[in-house]
Amino acid sequence: MTLTMTLMVALCGAAILLALAALAVTLAHAAAASRIVYGACIIVAAVSLVAAAADLLGAAPPQTLTLPLGVPWLGAHFRLDALSAFFLLVVDLGALAASVFALGYGEHETAPQRVLPFYPAFLAGMTLVVLADDAFTFLTSWEFMSLTSWALVVSHHRVPDNVRAGYVYLIMASFGTLALLLAFGLLAGPAGLYTFAAMRAAPPTTTLGALAMILALIGAGSKAGIVPLHVWLPLAHPAAPSHVSALMSGVMTKVAVYGFVRIVFELSGDPAWWWSIVVLALAGVTTVMGVLYALMQHDLKRLLAYHTVENIGIIFIGLGLALAFKAHGMPFAAALAFTAALFHVFNHSLFKSLLFFGAGAILTATGERDMEHLGGLIHRMPQTAFVFLVGCVAISALPPLNGFASEWLTFQAILLSPQLPSWGLKILVPAVGALLALSAALAAACFVKAYGVTFLGRPRTPAAERARETDRYSLGAMMLLAGLCLLAGILPGLFIDALAPVNLAMIGARMPAQLGTQWLSIVPIAASRSSYDGLLVFVFIIMSGSLAAMAIHRLASARLRRAPAWDCGYPDPSPATQYTAMSFAQPIRRVFGTTLFRARETVDMPPPGDTRAARLVVDLHDLIWDYIYAPLAAGISAIAERLNRLQFLTIRQFLSLVFGALVILLLVLAIWS
Amino acid sequence: MSKIDFDVAHLLAGSLVLISFLELYQDRLYSLLNVYTLHALTLAASVAWQAFVQDAPHLYITAVIALTFKAIVIPVALHRIIVKLGIHRQIDKVVGSGSTMLAGMGLVALSMVVMLRVTQEADPLAREDLAFALSVILLGLLMMVTRHNAVSQVVGFMSLENGLVLAATGAKGMPLVVEISIAFSVLIAFIVIGIFLFRIRERFDTVDVQALDRFRGERR
Repeated sequence: MTLTMTLMVALCGAAILLALAALAVTLAHAAAASRIVYGACIIVAAVSLVAAAADLLGAAPPQTLTLPLGVPWLGAHFRLDALSAFFLLVVDLGALAASVFALGYGEHETAPQRVLPFYPAFLAGMTLVVLADDAFTFLTSWEFMSLTSWALVVSHHRVPDNVRAGYVYLIMASFGTLALLLAFGLLAGPAGLYTFAAMRAAPPTTTLGALAMILALIGAGSKAGIVPLHVWLPLAHPAAPSHVSALMSGVMTKVAVYGFVRIVFELSGDPAWWWSIVVLALAGVTTVMGVLYALMQHDLKRLLAYHTVENIGIIFIGLGLALAFKAHGMPFAAALAFTAALFHVFNHSLFKSLLFFGAGAILTATGERDMEHLGGLIHRMPQTAFVFLVGCVAISALPPLNGFASEWLTFQAILLSPQLPSWGLKILVPAVGALLALSAALAAACFVKAYGVTFLGRPRTPAAERARETDRYSLGAMMLLAGLCLLAGILPGLFIDALAPVNLAMIGARMPAQLGTQWLSIVPIAASRSSYDGLLVFVFIIMSGSLAAMAIHRLASARLRRAPAWDCGYPDPSPATQYTAMSFAQPIRRVFGTTLFRARETVDMPPPGDTRAARLVVDLHDLIWDYIYAPLAAGISAIAERLNRLQFLTIRQFLSLVFGALVILLLVLAIWS
Repeated sequence: MSKIDFDVAHLLAGSLVLISFLELYQDRLYSLLNVYTLHALTLAASVAWQAFVQDAPHLYITAVIALTFKAIVIPVALHRIIVKLGIHRQIDKVVGSGSTMLAGMGLVALSMVVMLRVTQEADPLAREDLAFALSVILLGLLMMVTRHNAVSQVVGFMSLENGLVLAATGAKGMPLVVEISIAFSVLIAFIVIGIFLFRIRERFDTVDVQALDRFRGERR
């Protein structure tokens, strides 16, 4: 009984969440509905989180359970091993923080009856995906997760953009599930062994395994946001209410990563050497494209959504490296790359949720998502500004926060690539490393823009001027995440050691234990090669920062002075003279965007005599949409238009169709030998 | 099974196919009905012979049902419908007789090839019976496809169903329940179609189903 306790706790949690979803349908109009639903979600998530953490830290053996649900001859299989436990922890942590945030944020919800029933169901769907141990349960939970999140995306369905986002999301989600369905079909083989246990016991042939890997990359990649399958993500994630955006960006994409890892690292047999090339090439492109897209945005939530694409690229770089090392029989290097990927999964879920919460708090306070309408919020929302800054520093991979730790580990894995025997990888991996470095720099630029334009300077609109600090629940959730970001940044060794059982299960090796090393530093390979000590960096930053502040105040002036911001020497009363998000991104837009986005700037000059202001118009094209998705959509609608005629045949023609089909089938039967 | 049993069963099933060809050739409604009656009579004889050969008394009931409903009730009712509608002078053909007959021959050849190949282990009587039955079914479908008039389409449907009964009785051990339910479903289909014929006629002044397409009010 005690052996399957964590699994039972998680499953009971999912069941309670589903019951809660049903309850929310009837409750939705009650005044306290939001508090009841989110409060219950907090309790369930917290209990499940503690159980998952205990399981992972205690390196408990895998637990299985079969319930008589679903397909009669198969049942619903559930299993909790180290990998599931880790992702369950990510899901529950995200769910806990989002529910706490929603206690405050949900009060402002205009249509609670469209959000409250789907929110717990969405959480339950994500939990069930990571626990599933057969293909039917996995796909059902996966589709349930997609549909409930779709319902949350279109919860504000009067906004035309949201409807389009929901439509694109629905199509891409079904496409991804189709790819996963085919992958599981290949893995199950002709005997139809749909349990993961059977797939593990009988790994597929090399060709089938490779096909399953490609299909998993397409299926899980479309959910995670791999370029070019990312198109739905920046539309759908911002459309949902902010706590749901945080869950979709921070947690649901990680569930997709889980699906990829489960299929490719465990069920598809031993990797061939070229798998990693596919994964690494796509991941490198994803990383840079994601951050470049983000730089072009001035909608705060959409910018964050594009950054998810970038971070998914970083995670997949780690996974691709792990595949490369695993295929070449270098388990310790593979364990390093795999740990880096999983650690970044955890870190990204923390700071992406934090940043979306911040965007949500700003949205509540001002009603604005467009950065061009914000500004100066640091004076009006100082606490939000502080935690948002922590999130920005973390996502920009600056020490001592957690984003740096995991990206540093990824770089350590990249630096091991010269030991790889194959020349293709020897050349490709450093190129990917260069892309990763470029994206890290661009991400920092992007968050300087996001933070500077949103929080610094002067307010650009009256709405930004009237902003007030957000409520204490939202602040609590953000501070919890900011604290965890700092903790994971200064004590990465703790998290790396906790990931050891996952590595042992998936790779067959683990990184050296980190907790015993001096000064809590991390040493991925050997002390002579490289080491990083987050705590020392933190202490140094704190000390030098305080010393500098003290020196300035002592030597200059103790008084706080206020002066006009960004006036370039010419104080102008209009806030429109400040840097805007567009103008900040202009240099990068000119360097990269002219080819990648076909960016064109035109000056819209009024005719003589007209008193309106001249405008600089920037024209951006999403080439991936223009060259891949638009022709595809046009082709499908052309075919559908042709087939439409079939609906308007005469009765005799319909009969002839049936007759013709019968005769053709009989002919096939006659000719078939 | 003695040789004479086999030969008679073969003869009856073969004549059923031949009569299907006769049906295809008829372009006047009265003569079509007459041939259909012959079709149903032959079916009844075939079923009765099967009952005798297989020593299965319940098949006699099937034969009686076939005789009463298919050879008497339905032709008489259709006859009255034709009189009532006053369409006995109409000629009904979409495709010429020659090409229809050729297509029919192709279908019979196809069903022979398919059946003889698929049922190699089966009892030879059942095997040939099934081949003939499939031919009758396909010819009935062909008739439905090549006719405009709703009455001829009904006849095509009925002879298709005759093929089904032939197949069912050829196989040993088929329970009576199945046959009775088939017979009743055909009767109900017949009643429904009959009512529809009158409704169509009331609305559109014709039983030519092409008129329906014009009146659907949809884009073609």
